[in-house]
Amino acid sequence: MAHQLTFHREIDKLKKKFMVLGSMVEDRLQKASLAMQTRDPDLLQEIVSSDWEIDDMEVEVEEECLKILALHQPVASDLRLLVAIIKINNELERIADNAVNIAKRLQTISKDSTLTFRIDYQPMSGKVLNMFKLGLDALVTEDADLARKIFHEDEEVDSLRNQAYRDVIRELDSDPGHAACLVNLYLLARHLERIGDRITNIAEEVIYLVEGKIVRGEID
Amino acid sequence: MESMSAVLTTGETPFLGAYSMTQEKVRQEDKAPRENRMTVGVPFVDDARMTCRGVNVYYGEKHAINNVSIDVGRNEVLAMIGPSGCGKSTFLRCLNRMNDTVEGCRVEGDIQLDELNIYDKSVDVVPLRAQVGMVFQKPNPFPKSIYDNVAYGPKIHGLASSRAELDEVVESSLKKAGLWSEVSDRLDQPGTGLSGGQQQRLCIARAIAVRPEVILMDEPCSALDPIATATVEDLISELQEQYTIVIVTHNMQQAARVSQRTAYFHLGDLIEVGSTDRIFTNPRHRLTEDYITGRFG
Repeated sequence: MAHQLTFHREIDKLKKKFMVLGSMVEDRLQKASLAMQTRDPDLLQEIVSSDWEIDDMEVEVEEECLKILALHQPVASDLRLLVAIIKINNELERIADNAVNIAKRLQTISKDSTLTFRIDYQPMSGKVLNMFKLGLDALVTEDADLARKIFHEDEEVDSLRNQAYRDVIRELDSDPGHAACLVNLYLLARHLERIGDRITNIAEEVIYLVEGKIVRGEID
Repeated sequence: MESMSAVLTTGETPFLGAYSMTQEKVRQEDKAPRENRMTVGVPFVDDARMTCRGVNVYYGEKHAINNVSIDVGRNEVLAMIGPSGCGKSTFLRCLNRMNDTVEGCRVEGDIQLDELNIYDKSVDVVPLRAQVGMVFQKPNPFPKSIYDNVAYGPKIHGLASSRAELDEVVESSLKKAGLWSEVSDRLDQPGTGLSGGQQQRLCIARAIAVRPEVILMDEPCSALDPIATATVEDLISELQEQYTIVIVTHNMQQAARVSQRTAYFHLGDLIEVGSTDRIFTNPRHRLTEDYITGRFG
């Protein structure tokens, strides 16, 4: 069936393009995580100025999905795949936006050379990065159980965000002179936590793709 | 954990496609013993108009339908889909004993319409086929006027006692088939002069005129253009309020649009039955999934 061969070829092409987007976003996350340690201004600028690549790729993937939907009217697992890709595509773009936000916050914090207070974000960013890899692995291997693990990971990320909040409040009480900078420092935790939420959304889409069930962050 | 770039260069994953693998699995499945095949989903309904139990059909030596049990619910549209030769049309023709006319065809099992076994010796197939009407793939109006095409059935079945009553049956049937406004001023003209879509609606009007309970449709839109197809599909939705409809179609989007339940046949077996919404978003049997997503067929 020539028509079906065309369809499957288009789906394969879409999946490959989508995976490239996945690896691009992973790259931005890794860079943001590294920059939280080093605060390297070149790296921060690179994260901010290369975001257009992700935006362009997101549009390309979306256009590809819409074209396939219009021309082939997929059903069953093919339909679920298209829906999942459209939704995950959006999540990936927003995750990259959060990486850019982290870079911008770090640029602001770096301007205040007198602030000595620091929060070690490595455990939190490492956890988020791991969640991201789990999410894409769950998608690539179509493994709903793996996707469900992400819900638990997200709870830990939330509690790390809460911890950062408490630390910043304590510091604000003792040293109100750096309020603006401390707020930015807390926002790093907030951005990481939002990335965690978006990865949780990806996990929900993977479960929908595999099981055809719509779930919303359920933990067994 | 490996990074995405590593994943991209490693072997085949479910996500990165295995079209050829699927085809091979289907070929292996085809060789599996038939007794291992069970219908997935619940083929029975609470409010059944027709019930079929353990239906087997043979064409001479060939076992065309294998132990199929399914209900057709009151006022529902049941779609039957499957690849060519899967037995869906054969099964459809069992429902009004059209297979009786096929030489060498033998039907076993129990098929009931309103709790009456339609294969009982006492059943006369002529009124049965009025009760369970049929619309075929190719519109087949009689070489008569539009009026006579619709009036013929009620006349021979004695459903109208006067010309006025017959006129009323013709008008109401053409109205129900959505054709009245297009032909009311030329009822004396030949039915064969209508367009393909109009001819098919004339055949539906002809089936309706004898007051059927069930209408069987064997690919009713396959010879029609998209606009005529849409008209017939709209008509199916309207007719459903009064009739029970069983439709065989190769057009999966059509099955998805017009039916409430879908039955998937494969090599004479009823593989899966379920609500159309579920079948087309989340089928349970791999054969159903592979067929409706075009991985074989």
